Amino acid sequence: MRGLLYLLSALSVIGLAVWAYNENHKTQQAMAELRELHREIQSLREAIGVQRAEWAYLSRPERLQELTKMNFMRMRLLPLSGAQYGRIEEVAYPMPAALDDPTEDEEPPL
Amino acid sequence: MTRVPLRPLARVLDARAQGRNPLYIERENLRLRHEQMRDVARRRAEWRLLFLAALFFMGYALIAARMGLLAMTPPEEPARYQPEQIAAHRSDIVDRNGRLMATNLVTNALYAEMRHMVDGERAARQLAQIFPDLNAEQLTTRLTDPNRRFVWLRARLSPEQQQAVHDIGEPGLLFGRREMRLYPNGRLAAHVLGGASYGQQGVTAAEIIGVAGIEHRMEERLRDPSRADAPLQLSLDISVQAVAAEVLEGGIRMLNARAGSALIMDASSGEIVTMVSLPDFDPNNRPPPPTEGNPTDSPIFNHALQGVYELGSVMKAFPVAQALELGLVRTDTMVDTRGPMRVSRFTINDFRSLGPQASVADVFVRSSNIGTARLAQMIGPERQREFLDRFGFLDIAQIELAESARARPMFPERWRELSSMTIAYGHGLSTSPVHVAAAYAALVNGGRKVTPTLLRRPDAVPGERLLSERTSAIMRQLMRETVTRGTASMAEVEGYAVGGKTGTADKPNPQGGYHRDRVIATFAGAFPIHEPRYVIIVTLDEPSEASGAEVRRTAGWTVVPVTAEIVRRTAPLLGLRPQSTAEIERALALR
Repeated sequence: MRGLLYLLSALSVIGLAVWAYNENHKTQQAMAELRELHREIQSLREAIGVQRAEWAYLSRPERLQELTKMNFMRMRLLPLSGAQYGRIEEVAYPMPAALDDPTEDEEPPL
Repeated sequence: MTRVPLRPLARVLDARAQGRNPLYIERENLRLRHEQMRDVARRRAEWRLLFLAALFFMGYALIAARMGLLAMTPPEEPARYQPEQIAAHRSDIVDRNGRLMATNLVTNALYAEMRHMVDGERAARQLAQIFPDLNAEQLTTRLTDPNRRFVWLRARLSPEQQQAVHDIGEPGLLFGRREMRLYPNGRLAAHVLGGASYGQQGVTAAEIIGVAGIEHRMEERLRDPSRADAPLQLSLDISVQAVAAEVLEGGIRMLNARAGSALIMDASSGEIVTMVSLPDFDPNNRPPPPTEGNPTDSPIFNHALQGVYELGSVMKAFPVAQALELGLVRTDTMVDTRGPMRVSRFTINDFRSLGPQASVADVFVRSSNIGTARLAQMIGPERQREFLDRFGFLDIAQIELAESARARPMFPERWRELSSMTIAYGHGLSTSPVHVAAAYAALVNGGRKVTPTLLRRPDAVPGERLLSERTSAIMRQLMRETVTRGTASMAEVEGYAVGGKTGTADKPNPQGGYHRDRVIATFAGAFPIHEPRYVIIVTLDEPSEASGAEVRRTAGWTVVPVTAEIVRRTAPLLGLRPQSTAEIERALALR
């Protein structure tokens, strides 16, 4: 009886040791993965930062102004002026009858 | 412990007398003594066992409690790995719409480590080819010097240069990671941003420190690691700033001015939407401070903040407002404007005489020095000083730029009657455009004090009351009249009612006295004046308008048209809808 008890406890100690070893190993693996992910996040952040800087650089007002000047013949963009503000009454709402118009579904003529 | 004798004589004699063996007595006593000793030892052993058991129990309980605690707390990532102790990360700076104004970019620095160096001469030769500004001979002596272990070669490398250095194939040439501060908008808002440079340098990181402007003033906030991910949001609007800079630059060129500044500020919150100072510079490559010549000629001089000048007639708004506020006059009260006016040995003249007397409204609208000096006489020096102090004219500008400490207003130590009269029309008190903007905001916004700021502050509360609503409404009307029938007639912008005051001040001559032909022309005003949203201050340094028969330098001919153009271009960008003349007149008449 006593021998069996000893045997069982010895086996359980061995089992627990194996389990603890495995857990430890998994933890270390997770930590390594975490470090890797951190590095990746860091490099992606840096890449995003570069993209943001690039975007800001490409859309800086000075460059946009020059581009609108260069492409004036094509785009005909002018500085915003007060005359471009409209009033809500000036917006033409579609008349209720127009909703029933059967030609509505067709492509509008270009 | 007293020792009991094993063979007490009394008992032995007694036993002998009774014919018993006295040895039994000794045995008996010995047995008792052993029993006693055993009991003591047992108690001690028991106590020790108990103590040990308690110790073990406590130890295990501690471990169990710790394990339990660990099991109960939510899992948490271990602390971030940090390569070196120098804090390299710095917050971005964005404008009020979130558009990037300053950010960090990772580049590489180049250094040489001698213990890995194979062929220093060849490396030096090839490096000199990649970087034309490096001297090959000097570099050779540095790279082959046996006493050196380490040489810094370049602070920043472009990717192409890095590849070229890589291609040399020299193991002694190494790259160090560097963050660099980048201002993608170039010269735009250069004076606000200031610039940055490197502080302490390590091999794998370097510290970025702000050297001027908001970068220097907000250093702690920008380097705070807990807020590194949150950008610092400014009150500036990049689009408005760009348009104002463009218009101002055109104005400076047309009017042959030396410099100029434009400031647009929210009239109720004090947020500065635009702060332009020209000439400007590229903060990515900040020029060194000037060591000789006039510091105001340097591009790093911020004319909107550091340009502390006597601003002339724009200051007339304050004695007029004070006289109205104190109830000394009404707008139709007639004031003696006979010139020249003599005060002790000093003469005050008007640019154009208004006749023997004029109403307070005319004194303001047609800018009479004599009339304003009379108002100052009525007010008295003490009350005037106290009034201007409350408007913030006697303190340094409370604005988040490193240079604000140098923008100290200049005024006479002893505020006598004569100085109070000259200060009334803008001579004797030198202030910066930022001061004027804050004070004009209080004049037009209903009389509430405004603290200028460059940071986004959507929840700003109105400050203390400096003027009554009524006086503020009268001032708005007078400023509007200055445009409709006074000195600033060119400030009329269709759809946007501009109101304000012009000022043309002779520049002080460093040799003493004033220049006859050099002026600072200023326009200070607000738009739309019937319900002011923005205060605008534009200054031009030494402008001259030569299209007519004679050269004109007054503000009405120089800075006012520039201001009008800035308002015409920026007001739609600021989200203001143009209003018809009838609407504007109705809104002004209601007050």
